[in-house]
Order: sequence, then C-alpha cells, then structure tokens
Amino acid sequence: MLDWIWLIPFLPMVGAIINGTVGRRFPKWAVNIIACGSIFAAFVVSVASFIALTHLDPSQRFHEVTLFSWIATGSTSIDLAYLMDPLSSVMTLIVTGVGFLIHVYSVGYMHHDSSYNRFFTYMNLFCFAMLTLVLGNNFLVLFVGWEGVGLCSYLLIGFWFEDQEKAKAGMKAFVVNRIGDFGFLLAMFFIFMHFGTLNFREVMAAAPTAITAATATLICLLLFLGACGKSAQLPLYVWLPDAMAGPTPVSALIHAATMVTAGVYMIARCNILYSMAPGAMATVATVGAITALFAGTIAIAQNDIKKVLAYSTVSQLGYMFIAMGVGAYAVGIFHLMTHAFFKACLFLGSGSVIHGMHDEQDMRKMGNLRKYMPHTYRTFLIATIAIAGIPPLAAFFSKDEILWMAWSGGFKAQWALGFLAAGITAFYMFRLVFMTFFGEERHDEHVKGKVHESPWTMYVPLYVLMGLSIVGGWVGIPEALGGANHFHHWLAPVLDTGSMEGARHAAALVGDIGPSAAYASGGGGGGEGHSIIEYILMFASVGWALIGIAFAAFCYLKRTDIPAKAAASAKGVYELLYNKYYVDEIYDAVFVKGLVALSNHFWKFWDVVVIDGAANGLAKVVRATGGGLARLQTGQAQGYALAVAIGTVALLAFFAAHATL
Amino acid sequence: MIPFEYSLLLSAILFAIGCVGVLVRRNVIVLLMCIELMLNGVNLSFVAIADKLDSAEGLIYVFFVMTVAAAEAAVGLAIVVNLFRHRDSVYADEINLLKG
Amino acid sequence: MDFQLADLKLIAPHIALLGTALLVLMVEVFGHGRRRPEATWISLLGIGIAAAATGMSCHENRLGFSGMLAADGYSAFCNMIILIVGALTILVSSNYLKDERHEHGEYHALILLSMTGMMFMASATHLLLMFLALETMSIAIYALAGFFRTKEGVESCFKYFLLGAFSSAFMLYGIALIYGATGTTQIHGIMEQFTQIKGLASSPMALSGIALLIVGFAFKVAAFPFHGWTPDVYQGAPTSVTAFMATGVKAAAFAAFFRIFFVAFPATSPVWSQALWLLAVATMTMGNFAALAQRDVKRMLAYSSIAHAGYLLVGVVTATAAAGTGMLFYLLSYAFMNIGAFACVIMLGRRGADSTNLDDYAGVGFKYPLLAAALTLFMFSMAGIPPTAGFIGKFLIFKAAIGKEFYWLAVIGVLNSAASVYFYLRVIVYMYFRERPEAAPEGLRSGPAITVATVVAAAAVLILGLAPGFVVRMAEAAMSTF
Repeated sequence: MLDWIWLIPFLPMVGAIINGTVGRRFPKWAVNIIACGSIFAAFVVSVASFIALTHLDPSQRFHEVTLFSWIATGSTSIDLAYLMDPLSSVMTLIVTGVGFLIHVYSVGYMHHDSSYNRFFTYMNLFCFAMLTLVLGNNFLVLFVGWEGVGLCSYLLIGFWFEDQEKAKAGMKAFVVNRIGDFGFLLAMFFIFMHFGTLNFREVMAAAPTAITAATATLICLLLFLGACGKSAQLPLYVWLPDAMAGPTPVSALIHAATMVTAGVYMIARCNILYSMAPGAMATVATVGAITALFAGTIAIAQNDIKKVLAYSTVSQLGYMFIAMGVGAYAVGIFHLMTHAFFKACLFLGSGSVIHGMHDEQDMRKMGNLRKYMPHTYRTFLIATIAIAGIPPLAAFFSKDEILWMAWSGGFKAQWALGFLAAGITAFYMFRLVFMTFFGEERHDEHVKGKVHESPWTMYVPLYVLMGLSIVGGWVGIPEALGGANHFHHWLAPVLDTGSMEGARHAAALVGDIGPSAAYASGGGGGGEGHSIIEYILMFASVGWALIGIAFAAFCYLKRTDIPAKAAASAKGVYELLYNKYYVDEIYDAVFVKGLVALSNHFWKFWDVVVIDGAANGLAKVVRATGGGLARLQTGQAQGYALAVAIGTVALLAFFAAHATL
Repeated sequence: MIPFEYSLLLSAILFAIGCVGVLVRRNVIVLLMCIELMLNGVNLSFVAIADKLDSAEGLIYVFFVMTVAAAEAAVGLAIVVNLFRHRDSVYADEINLLKG
Repeated sequence: MDFQLADLKLIAPHIALLGTALLVLMVEVFGHGRRRPEATWISLLGIGIAAAATGMSCHENRLGFSGMLAADGYSAFCNMIILIVGALTILVSSNYLKDERHEHGEYHALILLSMTGMMFMASATHLLLMFLALETMSIAIYALAGFFRTKEGVESCFKYFLLGAFSSAFMLYGIALIYGATGTTQIHGIMEQFTQIKGLASSPMALSGIALLIVGFAFKVAAFPFHGWTPDVYQGAPTSVTAFMATGVKAAAFAAFFRIFFVAFPATSPVWSQALWLLAVATMTMGNFAALAQRDVKRMLAYSSIAHAGYLLVGVVTATAAAGTGMLFYLLSYAFMNIGAFACVIMLGRRGADSTNLDDYAGVGFKYPLLAAALTLFMFSMAGIPPTAGFIGKFLIFKAAIGKEFYWLAVIGVLNSAASVYFYLRVIVYMYFRERPEAAPEGLRSGPAITVATVVAAAAVLILGLAPGFVVRMAEAAMSTF
C-alpha cells in the first residue's frame, strides 16, 4: 500500500485537470462527483497508508517513494519524492478528511455560482499542493507545495474577481507570503550548503554533527520567518483577516484547517534542527504567545463574523507555535488537528449563517438565528465550546497540554500570555455565538422572513465536524488524566528525538528551568512525574474559560428582551451581576468598554497605523523610488551616454585603487 | 622616435575628446564623427603597441577596426536619414519620445 | 598564423547561418512579388542545419584558427541557445510582420546575420574576434530595431546605435590596453601572461583594460549604470525584435563575458569580482524597483530584463563551473520564458498599435484563457516560482554563489526575486481580476507559427522546471570542456 502514496496528491490533481479543462461542459453533478470523489479517494488511500503504517514496527514507520530525480547536479540529486511517516500520515488524514467534508459543503454553498467548475478546480489544485507539501521528502518538494498552496490561496481569495477589494486581498496575501518565502529559500540554501542534501531524513540524521548551534539557529530563524508568513504570525499575520474576502469554504479549508498550519508542520518536521537552536525555539515560543494574546484581543472588537474567526485562527496558531517553541512538537500537531476540526466547523457554520442571511456578515444585523437555523446553531455551539477549552471537548486536551508544557518547561511568561488568551478566546467566541444565535432579531428589512437553514449538503459536514470536535481530543488524553496519549506515541518516532534537551536549553535561555519531571509526561514516559500543579493549572484554565463565557453571556445577553430563555444557560452569573448594579457599571466601563476600546485601539493603532502605514509607506517609498528611477530615464540618449561615462570612470577608479604603479 | 607613452597619451586624449564630444554636442552627425574619433584614438594605441611589441598583429587589428567603423558609419548615416525623415530634426536632445 | 582546412569544420554552424542569410537576401532580391513567406522556411531550415552542424562539431573540443575560436561543449551549448532564440523569433515574427505589412526578407537575413555574430561571440577565444562578432551582431540589430520605421522605432534604433557604438568604443579601448599590457589578445595567452609576469595583475594598464572590457559587456547585457538605453529601445523596437534582443544578445554577451573572465582573468578575479558584485546588486535592485513603477508591459519587461541581467551577473561574479552551469541553464530558460511572454504581447496587439499598456490586459484571462494561462506561466517563471524553469535557474545560480561564499549576494538576489513577484503578478491580476472593457478590440493577432512558438516555449518552461536533469547535465558537460 505504501508504494501508492503518490496517489494521495495525484488524485486531486487529476480531478483538477478534468474539471479545469472540460468541466465547463459538464453538468454540476458530474463536477461534484469528480471534485469530491477525487478527494475522497485520496482520503481512502490516506487511511489505507495509515493502517499500513500501524502494522510496522515504530522505528520502521517510514516509507519513501521516489517519482523521479528532479535536479541532479554533480554529486547531489534532489528527487521528486514522497515520504509517508506518522507525521505525514496525520497531516494527510487531516487534509483529505477535512478537505473532503469542505468539498461536500461547497457543493451546497457554491450552488448558485456561475463559475462552479473553476472553483472546484482551484480547490482540488489546492489539495494537490497541500498534500505535496506534507508528503514531500525534502525541502524543495515541500517548497513547491508551499508555493502551490500560496498560489491557490491567492486564486481562491480573489475568486470573485469582480470585486476590487478581493483582488487586492489576494495580492496582499501573496506578497506577504513572499516575504516569508524569502526566509524559507535562504534557509534552504544554507541547509543545502551545510548538508549537501535537502532530504529531511538525511538532514535530520546528520544535523547533530554537521552544524554548529549558531548555524542551526540561523537556519531555524529563517525557517521561522517562512512559517510566520504562511501561518500568519506577528508581524506577518496581516494578510489572513483580509483573506476572508474569499468564499467561506475557502476560508475553512485554506485559512483555518490546512494551509495556515503549514508553518507549524514545517517546524515539527525540522524538530531536530530546532532542538539544536534554543534561541530560535525561545523566539518561536515568544512570538507564538504574543500572537495568541494579541490576535485574541483584536477579535473582541470585530463585528464581521468571519473577521472574528480569522483573528481567532491567528490566535490559535499562536498556541501551536508556543508548543513548537517549548519543544512539545507532538502537542502542537495535536492542537493543529483539533483546531482543524473545530475551526473548520466554525467557519463552515459561519458560512451557513452567511448563506442563510443572504450574504450578511455583520453580527450586529443578526440575532436569534437558532430559531431559523437549528442545525447550524447546534453544531456551531458545540464547536465554540470546543474552542473555549471546556472538557471533555477537543481543544481542552490540546490547548491545556500546550499551556502545561509551557509552564513545566519553564516558559512562565509564554504560559501567562497563553493563559490570558484562553479566557479571551472563550469570551469572544461566545460573544459571537450570543450575538448571532441569541438575542433579539436585528435583521435588515430585506432579509426578514427569508432567513433559512442551509441544505443538507451543508449541515451534514457540520455535524461530522462537530462530532470530531467532541471526540477528536480523546486520542491524546494525557496520562495525567488517565488517558493513554495514543496520539503522542504515534508521533514519537518522528518528533521525540531531540525535543527534551533542546527545550531545556531554550527554557534556560528564557528564564528558570521548570521541574525536569515535566518532560517525562511530554515524552510519554509514564505518570509518576505529574505534580499537583498540572491539575491546578488545568482547573485554573477551565475556570478562566468559564469566566470568559459567563462574562460574554453577561455582556451580550443582559440587555436582550427575552431574558429568561435566552439567558437561561448563564442565568446565575447574569442575575448575580445584574443585582450588583455598581459592579456592572464598572465592569461594563472598565472591562467591556475598556477591552473593546483597547482592542479597537490596538486594531486601529497596529493594523491601521503601523501595519497599513508601514505597508503603504513602503509602497510609497517603492513607488517614489521607482518613479524617481523612471524620471532619471529622461529619454535623452546623451543622458544615458553620460551615465555610461560616469559608470566607466567609477569602474576605472575602482580598479585603479587596486593597481600599483 | 616618439616615446611609447606619448603615443598612448595622445590616443587617450583623442579618445577623451571623442567621448566628451558625444556627451555635449547636439548634432547627430557630429556625434557620429566623435565616435569615429574615439575609435581612431584606439587605433593609434594599437599602432603604438604593435610598434613597441614589434609585432604586426596590432597593425592588422587597425584594419579590422576601420572596417567596423565604416560599417557603423554606414548604418549610422542611414539611421540619421531615417530620423530626419520622421522627426525633421538631427538634434539628439529632441529625440525623446520614449522615456519614463 | 596558419590556416587549416579542417578548421572550417569548427565554424560549420556559423557558415550555415551566414549562407542562409545570403540565400534569403538573394531570394528577396530576385524573387517576384512583395510577400515572401518562404523567407521564414528557408531561415528555419538554415537554423536546423546550423543546429545539426553544432551537434557534429561539439565533439571536436579544440581551438581552431590559431586559437582564435573554440568549438567545445560550452560554445555548442551557447550556440544551441542562440539557435533556439533565432528559431523562436522567426516563428513569432511570421504573423507579426505580415500584420504590420513589413514582410521583407531582409528581416530574416538580419536576424540570421546577428545570430552568426552571436555564435562567434560564444566561441571566440580571442578578444578582437569577440569584438568583431559583437559588432556583427550589434549592427544587424541596430537595423532591426528600426525595421518598422515608425517614430518610436527610429528613435529606438537611433538610441541603441548611438550608445552601442559609444560603449563598444570603450570596449575596444579596453582590448587595446590589455593587448598593450600582455602583448596578446588570445585569452589563454593572456592567462599565461598573468601567471608568468609578476605584477601584471596589479598593473594599471591591465586593470584599466579589464574595467573597460566590463563596460562593453555591461552595456550589452544592460547592467546598471549602462542600462539607460534598454527600456527606450525595448519599447520602441518591433516586439519580436525586442524579444530577440532581450534573449539573444543577453545569451551571447554573457557567454563571451563568462568565457573571457573565467579563462583570461582569474589572476585578477579578487578585483573584478568585487566590482561586478556591486554591479550585480545595483542592476537587479534597480531593475526591479524601476519595473514596479511601469504600466507599459513592454517597458516592464525591459526593466525585468535588467533585473535578470543582475541575477546572471551573479554567475559571472562567482565564476566557478557550477556558476557557469547555472548561467547556461538560466540563459536557456530565460530565452523560452521571455520570447514566450513577448509572443503573448504580440498576439494581444493590433496593427500599428501595440496595446502594451496594462489596461489592455484587463479581462484577457477569460476572453483568451489559453493565452492568459501561457502568459501566467511565463510570468511565474520570470518571478522564479517553482516548478518552472526560472526557479531552477535561480536556484542553480544562487546555489553556486553560496557555494563560493557570496552569501550576501545570494541573500540580496533572493530578496530581489521575492520583491519582483509584485510586478509580474500585476499582469496576472489585470488579466484575471479586471473586467474587459466594452471597447476592447476583438480577435487575436495569432497564427500557426506564433502559436507553435508559444506552445513550445510554455512546454519548455514547464519541462525545464519539472525535469531539468537532462539539461543541467548537458550544461555541466559543457562547463567541463573549458
């Protein structure tokens, strides 16, 4: 079976080719079957390869398939080859599984669109590129996938090209990503220079002896720059909220579940290099933690339902980077997986809302939608509880494990930021739910009475993803809670090799070294090392999330006209706070308004002034320089001759400086 | 016998005069002549060097350079004729339609 | 000087091209009627013969004509690039000339003559022969630039001529100085002189000579600050000639540049590689920056060609066999992607109005999907996005630079190519994300020949990107024959 893994990316590509070339003449059902069928077939192959891998001895769980030798120069050759190992298998399962559900969903969502086949062509093409990214056995194949997903993302963001803003958003995404790619390319050069190969297994095997820690740090920081661009971390996250201009299934597939996690995957893939570079790891963890909190605060002030989810994605990606930075690679991938489930569910749910509300995205014009869209409401609520980190849903296990790893690894500051962000996550997600599905109907006139539930092709995937958001975390229940942590053991052959030592060094760099026993749990080494602190932290974060939820309920349900039913779930908190009017005022002024104002301020200051200012300023400088250069181009032949003469004199002077009489 | 360095210096001066001429004169015909002057300055160098090395090679080069100069002059004059026909001008600074 | 008949074999490809050029001229003179489509076929046939002759002579691997020229793998590879450029140009021109009512045989003859010059440049191992070849190439192209005798065409032709003659005078002076310093103009002889005579490597005469030689080459490859002519000339010249200039002249000039500096001047390489380092950085940065501000596609491609000259200069700075391999590969892929892009520009134009403003590309993506797809591919390749030929070329060149520890050069190069995406992408944005205006003219200036050329170029860009192994090995073999 493992010899057939090349089918996983190629099946979607065949789908893309068929739909892209002759799809225009096909009826819609044929396009559907080709698009969804090819992804489903890829999913089947992924499952089969996964099963085949489980039959192997853990140390033998890898298989490389070389299609052909791509670039052969001198003694080295770079192959177009795929690698199936536990890490790739997890990624392929996520990409094909979630990808398939989103394809099915798109059948309903894009039903009325005139460029139906074009949309599915791009979607399949994206899956091909993403699968190439996660299956490539060397950096160059990964880079091809990396560029490919960027291209498809760009095509899909700008899908409704009639809209100038959307075209611009696509452009922004592509250009910002190129800044990250620059780092990736350079890292690749340095790797090739020091190792003479780009093959993952060879590089990782040779890393401890072939390069110094300084070189490893340089390479890792450059790789991280690439990851920042692709995975929307500070300061390169700006493109992701704009990317929401694309169709919602695209946001779900590319900007939540798969492409944006490519950076996390890449760091996990290079875990041995990172473990040699404590400085780089500390950077990764810090950037991730700051991003997690930062994006979370911004999400509070957004009124566009997709923007909230976008900032939430940025924030969640921050958690994954915290995990990478503290050396808990497997946990990061675990969160990547659970995030794919619940965030895809949330995005698709928001798509269903937008669909049902006739393209309304402003939450201030929604409300009480659970009456009209019961399926969407149910699934959305469960996914929201999951992202808030309430046990026993998926994100509880993954997010909590990340925070614990940060704490126990000695990354106390990163832990604190992540912990703060966790409560804020609960707050803004429930704010979203309350504003959308509860409260009074603030619908616009033209949609009144026309709000409807989505067709079954849309809500069936929602239910599947909801189920996954519930049970998805159970494969990685940590030993501390009596689980077996299968997920971690599965990834151990790829990710455990260098994690402990490197993380300890990194921790030493950022501050105090945590209890060494902490890593025993990370390493899957049994339950004896668990301190009481782990349980305390667990309760603390659940409590903190509940406070966030309650606070959201208080703030966004209090003034509704249907207090009893709507606020039933949060009645206790609600009444308690209602009776303490003065406290309410303070909370409202200090926290809600304060938070909103702060968040607004952040958003205005950072996004509008700093980022847009920098981007526009840079563009202005570039344009001015370009224009200035163009003005030098006077059209006067003798002016050019003068430039030639001056250049000649300069060259002669330069050479004369090296001459001896 | 003129010293070798003197001939080289003269050729450099000729070349420089030609070069400055190309930069400052307006009339395209004069520009062509200045370029000829530059090439002939180089020719003088070839002759001087060949004389110093006592080899005929450099002398032969001069013939090739003269051929090139002649070919360039022929094409150049044809271009000037065309230019005048289309633009009614033989002044280099007035030929600036293409710029930016 | 001794002459052997067997040496003629070394220049068989050149003779074939020259003969074809004369034949085309004869047919033009003695043929009746004004429309002469056979010029195209005769030229292509001649190019085919020259290619076959190149294939046969590349195994000679020796110097001929008293060491004035070499027939080795390197010259064979360069010849092939030049022949491909020529063939594609002639295919691209066929409909274009007919549409513009300029279907004259001289055009083909001039193309073939300048190709002869280019091939001599690539094989020359003697500075004066190289200079003569460069002039042969240039004079033919001066005439080609003004072939349409429009206002812009004549201006472009004049500027190219004036500056070309000006800078080749510098180059000639450089040759004279090197001759004076070393007593020879044969590049292997120069190299020997540098190793034998102590202090020659720091003699002002030799160093000035090298500096002036750089001026000449830098002008032909359009390197900063010798690039001034490029945008004006590229914009004003007939589009097919622009394609020919941008690819053929660049290939020939870089072939000669690399061979001469690699073979003759290794002794002074610390000096000139520093100077070229600066030149390369300035060239690519300036080209990319200026391209950002352009709204005319031909002009944008002109600045982009300056930027590409900067990347290629990295190969000359590095001056190792690996860098040569990268440069040869890059020149070949650049030939395909650039001529392909210009072919698309031609097809979108109208008689007398090239319509090369970006606005003319609005909505092309859905009106002409295949053409837009091809142009998108060429743009991606120029931007260096895998898996296209342009990416592999950049990869090889920068890899070689890093291999010789030119880290900053590689970093700046990669940064530049990341920035360049912006303006290449803008063409694609216009094609796919803008509405086609109602008043946009209908129909493409297309035909079988130009379609074949575009398809071949697109296929080559993809194949060189996906399976470059074969060509890379050929380039490596070519470099090993120095």
